[in-house]
Amino acid sequence: MKVLTLNFLTCAVKACKTTSTSFPLHPKDCELVSDTIAPNPQLLLNVLPRIDWNALIITAGELGFPTLPPTPPTREELESNEKMMTELHTLLLETQISEGSLVCGNCGHEYKIKEGIANFLLPNHLV
Amino acid sequence: MSSELDTAPEKYEEQHVHEVYEQIASHFSSTRYKPWPIVEAFLQSVSPGSIGIDVGCGNGKYLTVNRDVFIVGSDRSSNLVKIASQHQPHTAVVADTLSLPHRAGRFDFAISIAVIHHLSTPERRREAIKAILECLKDDGKALIYVWALEQKNSRRGWDEGHEQDVMVPWVMKSGKKNPNEDGSTEKTFQRYYHLYRSGELADDIVAIGGEMIEFGYEKDNWWAVCRRSTKSREG
Ligand SMILES: [Zn+2]
Repeated sequence: MKVLTLNFLTCAVKACKTTSTSFPLHPKDCELVSDTIAPNPQLLLNVLPRIDWNALIITAGELGFPTLPPTPPTREELESNEKMMTELHTLLLETQISEGSLVCGNCGHEYKIKEGIANFLLPNHLV
Repeated sequence: MSSELDTAPEKYEEQHVHEVYEQIASHFSSTRYKPWPIVEAFLQSVSPGSIGIDVGCGNGKYLTVNRDVFIVGSDRSSNLVKIASQHQPHTAVVADTLSLPHRAGRFDFAISIAVIHHLSTPERRREAIKAILECLKDDGKALIYVWALEQKNSRRGWDEGHEQDVMVPWVMKSGKKNPNEDGSTEKTFQRYYHLYRSGELADDIVAIGGEMIEFGYEKDNWWAVCRRSTKSREG
């Protein structure tokens, strides 16, 4: 599962979805792998305004990545800053969580990730 | 259909949809590689950088149609998700259509191709459409595809007036190396489908407060492009 994905997913439990504490999910005991993906600067520039930056700061910190700036770069800033472009490409699209789990900050449910695939199926009592 | 059998619909679908796809995953996937033209056109129409969802993504054949977008696919079958997750740079997760982990209001577009018709009650089909539309931004659009009842020229030959809840066989060759006990080399799986009659998909979309943008019929399927209604968008 790509790190970018964590910016768009939350707990699958209905009562959690509307709470602010369920997002972002917290990685726990996660192993990371890095894929090599051809950079697509246009994709990154266009995805940038759709990112919840505060949630990304939390996720990056919890995964042990260097601290992100407190506010997102503007399109122009990112376009002219090759280093930041590379770092974001690596963090968002090349980094995969291969094993571990994602924990909901509201209900505490843990979603397992195995072989890079997160499983959001809920046990009966949480549906 | 499930009520006739007096089984909880989720249990019924588990047996007659999910377990079947889990078993036929790789064979099914090898027959599903060509994108349908309407779906392809829809995906190409979204703006660069769009974030989308593919609910019931199967083997993920639609993830790579548009190189300038990022899609989070989901499917009930972990065997299909394994295949789908190989499409870079996207992500596919195992999830139930009625308990999606996607954040509400964050997605530019959604597709759900040949999925909703596997839900076995009208309530669950509408709930699924509602769940998909809730993921969308105010101006987000969803494309939904379902199998049509009206397909008299197809190999199945169903048409108006036919029973809408049907079991459809999937025949898988097990190969001479792994024959069945009786020596035959084919295995047949039955999948549950609800065949949509003309107008039914639009009725379902409107019933949950969605707004129709465009709809049509293509190759034995009804499709609709829809969005959250103005009312729910304001609220
Ligand atoms: Zn939760």
